[in-house]
Amino acid sequence: MGSVSLILLLICGLAFAGGGIFLSWVVAKTKKNAVKGEPYECGIPTTGTSWIQFHVGYYLFALIFLVFDVELVFLFPWAVVVTKVGWTALTEIVIFMFILFMGLLYAWKKGALKWM
Amino acid sequence: MTLLYSLSGLSYHIQSWLTRLLGNTMAVLVSEMVIVGLCLIGFLVLLSFTLGYMERRVAAFMQLRLGPNRVGPKGTLQIIADTIKLLFKEGLTPTNADKFMFNLAPYIMIITTMLVTAPLAFARNFQIWDLNIGVFYVSAVSSISVIGILMAGWSSNNKYSLLGAMRSGAQIVSYELSIGLSLISIVILTGSLRISDIVMSQQNGWWIFKGHLPALIAFVIFIVASTAEINRAPFDLAEAEQELTAGFHTEYAGMKFAMFLLSEYVNLFIVSALAATLFLGGWMPFHIGSWSGFNHVMDFIPSSLWFMGKTFFVIFIIMWFRWTFPRLRVDQLLNLEWKYLLPISMLNVLLMTLVALLGWHG
Repeated sequence: MGSVSLILLLICGLAFAGGGIFLSWVVAKTKKNAVKGEPYECGIPTTGTSWIQFHVGYYLFALIFLVFDVELVFLFPWAVVVTKVGWTALTEIVIFMFILFMGLLYAWKKGALKWM
Repeated sequence: MTLLYSLSGLSYHIQSWLTRLLGNTMAVLVSEMVIVGLCLIGFLVLLSFTLGYMERRVAAFMQLRLGPNRVGPKGTLQIIADTIKLLFKEGLTPTNADKFMFNLAPYIMIITTMLVTAPLAFARNFQIWDLNIGVFYVSAVSSISVIGILMAGWSSNNKYSLLGAMRSGAQIVSYELSIGLSLISIVILTGSLRISDIVMSQQNGWWIFKGHLPALIAFVIFIVASTAEINRAPFDLAEAEQELTAGFHTEYAGMKFAMFLLSEYVNLFIVSALAATLFLGGWMPFHIGSWSGFNHVMDFIPSSLWFMGKTFFVIFIIMWFRWTFPRLRVDQLLNLEWKYLLPISMLNVLLMTLVALLGWHG
């Protein structure tokens, strides 16, 4: 169908989610009270907000992920042409991957992959 | 014969019928789009009902229970009853939540899952959009859903939700690398990212058979990583019921919760469909070398049935995992990806290149 299908799928998704939620809003009986609006924490009153600083470990993983995700973006076009280009392509990607792997080993050694 | 069974023949007939009826190309296009849209929504709803039912029955039989068997024949209508129940539930928004983001998150989840279905080949010549970067498109668009999850978890202003969302985010982005690398190892063999090319390249044997050991390794890595990617057990830390109640969708109720559930099931279908397309030949029937009689019988089974059969086989495997392996801890989960799966799949890509360059693939 061509790229027009993306707009179609976008509209489909919007219509489906919107339709379902709207229908539920129409038929469901709503009755507001203060207790219902409290965060669900198994009956214990909440202390403070949840919008706080969290562990830096997540950030480190995000950084390493970024490096390897960029690697993936480079690999996709390489994978399409590798059989046509031949052995030169393999040699180059071995060098590329070796450097990346060294990066992973460095992060490993530095303790970035250790949790907590 | 082929025209009678094939979905592409059916769609061709509908198109020519519309052209005769309406004449005007614009009107034909618009009515086609409406038909495609309605079919797709219907298909996804039916799919999530089927998977919801299947999940509960499979779980029940693996635990020597019966599962839902009261509503409708063999309990098949149970899931519809549940949907009606969810429809009548009150859609609560917590007082302290970020209201805009809280309500936006289900839309993002649904729209992402809808968009990913575009390049999937459901049967012979039956795709919504056969774009030339199909595999790349799927892996790119499906990763948008992590934004929806983080949005839902953060905006709920609930500690369970925040923890669930952060874990889920770390998990999804990590395992995406292994998925990408195992996709790449098949792309090396096909030399094309177009889904229809990948399926056609498996005419004389599926990649899992033709690609020797590297394809097998890639298949296993793909299944493991995609189980993690869609947050299913044993990688369901994000919604570990016993510790985080429901993870990032703890605060959601009613239809908004149903949207998360639906997108979860459709994602399960999408990764299984991708595994079936790349490794198990998509809609290609099963052929054995020169047994022309056997091959002919296999050709009689419609291509859509082949695709669905393979996809549901992979779905069954993923459901089986859930009742076989205990849940991992966060550190074990990240270790598995970064210290085992990622180096193995990087090596596997090189191995696959060697196989492809030596011309060992059929």
